[in-house]
Amino acid sequence: MILSEKYQLMRKNFRNFAETEFTTEIREQLDRGGGFNWEMHYKMAKYGFMGVKLPVEYGGQGGDTLAYVLMMEEFARVCPVLAIYANTPNSLGGGPLMACGTEEQKKKYLPVMATGKKKLCFALTEPGAGSDAGGTLTTAVANGDDYLLNGRKCFISGAPVADYAVVYARTNPTMKGNKGISMFIVDMTLPGVSVGNSEHKMGISGYPTSDIILENVRVHKRELLGPLDKGFSTALKTLDGGRLGVSAQALGIAQACLEESIKYARERKQFGKPIAKNQGISFMIAEMATEIEAARELIYNTAIAKDAGEKDSAMKCSMSKYFTTEMANRVAYKAVQIHGGYGYIKDYKVEQLYRDVRVTTLYEGTTQVQQMIIAANLLK
Amino acid sequence: MRIYVCVKQVPDTSGKVAVNEDGTLNRASMMTIINPDDFNAMEAALALKDETGCRVTAVTMGPLSAEGMLRELIAMGADEGLLISGREFGGSDTYATSQIIAGAITHLGLQEEDVILCGRQAIDGDTAQVGPQIAEKLDIPQVTYAAGIEKQDNVLKVKRLMEDGYMTVEVQPPCLITCVKEMNSPRYLTVKGILECFHKPIMVLDYEALKDEPLIDSGTIGLKGSPTNIFRSFTPPQKGSGVMLTGSAQEAADALVSQLLKKHAI
Repeated sequence: MILSEKYQLMRKNFRNFAETEFTTEIREQLDRGGGFNWEMHYKMAKYGFMGVKLPVEYGGQGGDTLAYVLMMEEFARVCPVLAIYANTPNSLGGGPLMACGTEEQKKKYLPVMATGKKKLCFALTEPGAGSDAGGTLTTAVANGDDYLLNGRKCFISGAPVADYAVVYARTNPTMKGNKGISMFIVDMTLPGVSVGNSEHKMGISGYPTSDIILENVRVHKRELLGPLDKGFSTALKTLDGGRLGVSAQALGIAQACLEESIKYARERKQFGKPIAKNQGISFMIAEMATEIEAARELIYNTAIAKDAGEKDSAMKCSMSKYFTTEMANRVAYKAVQIHGGYGYIKDYKVEQLYRDVRVTTLYEGTTQVQQMIIAANLLK
Repeated sequence: MRIYVCVKQVPDTSGKVAVNEDGTLNRASMMTIINPDDFNAMEAALALKDETGCRVTAVTMGPLSAEGMLRELIAMGADEGLLISGREFGGSDTYATSQIIAGAITHLGLQEEDVILCGRQAIDGDTAQVGPQIAEKLDIPQVTYAAGIEKQDNVLKVKRLMEDGYMTVEVQPPCLITCVKEMNSPRYLTVKGILECFHKPIMVLDYEALKDEPLIDSGTIGLKGSPTNIFRSFTPPQKGSGVMLTGSAQEAADALVSQLLKKHAI
């Protein structure tokens, strides 16, 4: 796809920011030390990256899905975990609020999120529920003007640093499956809310993930997000955006793998010549580049289809995530292979990329869940 | 207060440099970037805009394609762009260029409180002459090598970067200031700024529009009006790879001396 001048300028700006600010030291420090880089969060917020896709009237930048995926791609290319910093408010945080928040809720939460003053996390997954929301055990029981929430959420990205969480809880125990579930905006400082220890993950360290434990948490009725008992079906409509974001993140990681591989294959000499002169290496590079280009076309096209409201855009988001994240894992594998033993050493960026990319086929719906969605769309 | 920021589109020095037969640069065939020091001048202007709400105009002379550069500067925060473009202006040296830019600024009007900011110098010619010459032709004070600008009532307090320290001077607008890269870190663009920049005005002034300005005289503009004659310009040949001398200091020094003797350098 030939990007117009507007999007070319956006890409240039995202790349300039990432290449200047996301230093190797910061990337390695986050990878090895974990934690959360607040300084980078505020720096990104200063330039509006937290609200790229959110409307100007709610403190956002008024950009579209294509602007958002370009940002995710360019940020992930330099540092996969820092791409997530700017992702949540634009996708899983902002998505449900934009889709079904009341005017009061939008005014209360979107501007503080778009400007980075407050952080919001998305709490759907439980030990026994995720893509199968029917297994949700967290409950919300009406009690006067409040709901009483009880339960445990797990693998919640950003929970330890979040100010608010969008929590899914069963409000109607008589309804089965995805029905009878509602969304609530829970202030993380409310009595009864606690977070577990940060998980020790294979990759994307530097954005903490933990459990959220809810014990008799009293949440006011005005914090109910979207229609009662129909939370999950509403949520489904907003999940596509996040999936496209993960696709773009995987695309950026794959691009970084390709660039690192080209650089290494030209420098590294064996048998008296650069290894790039060997077909075994050069064909791998050709294959990586071609797959990356195919994924890029699919993602950009899907971003435009989504904003145009095309009816199969949700399926295309799943196709993008399925194809790109699997592709990026293949590309990362080859990048390490091209680097040989050095690719297994932490001094080389591909070692980290290989671990960071692994989660992309898992979070926001596994590859197999994406395939289920695609198949269901085609066979309905 | 209105701030004019003079900017130049320069060849991307990470790419190949192409030269025309007459010795001038073949700018059309090269990738271009915004001259780095000009970004610092723009940041200085935007910092003053943040403080005072003044109007910022990005000014450039160049081919029509330079519009893209002006859009980028508007996305950064400038209010509008001025593109001075015409065949008659082509091939201008610093004398003719400053003549034309001074004429264009006069055309738009330079008021009591107005300021012209330039980058210290451009990375292609490295002359650092256009800024000071614009000031001379407009007969206004100039302060070069600014590393800081502070607005105090009616005057600007400018910190100049010298070789061995700083010099602080006060200057009364209208004036011209050239900015060094040590002055600030240029801000990044925002998506909102990028979306808005395509709806903001860019004026294009050609020879017809400017010909009645007293400063614009066909004898002092363009290649014909340029006193500079380029004798020859070329891409310098790549330096050969160096040799690392190993061993102890004594061994390395011996090896070096023997090489220098062999080449009759000593």
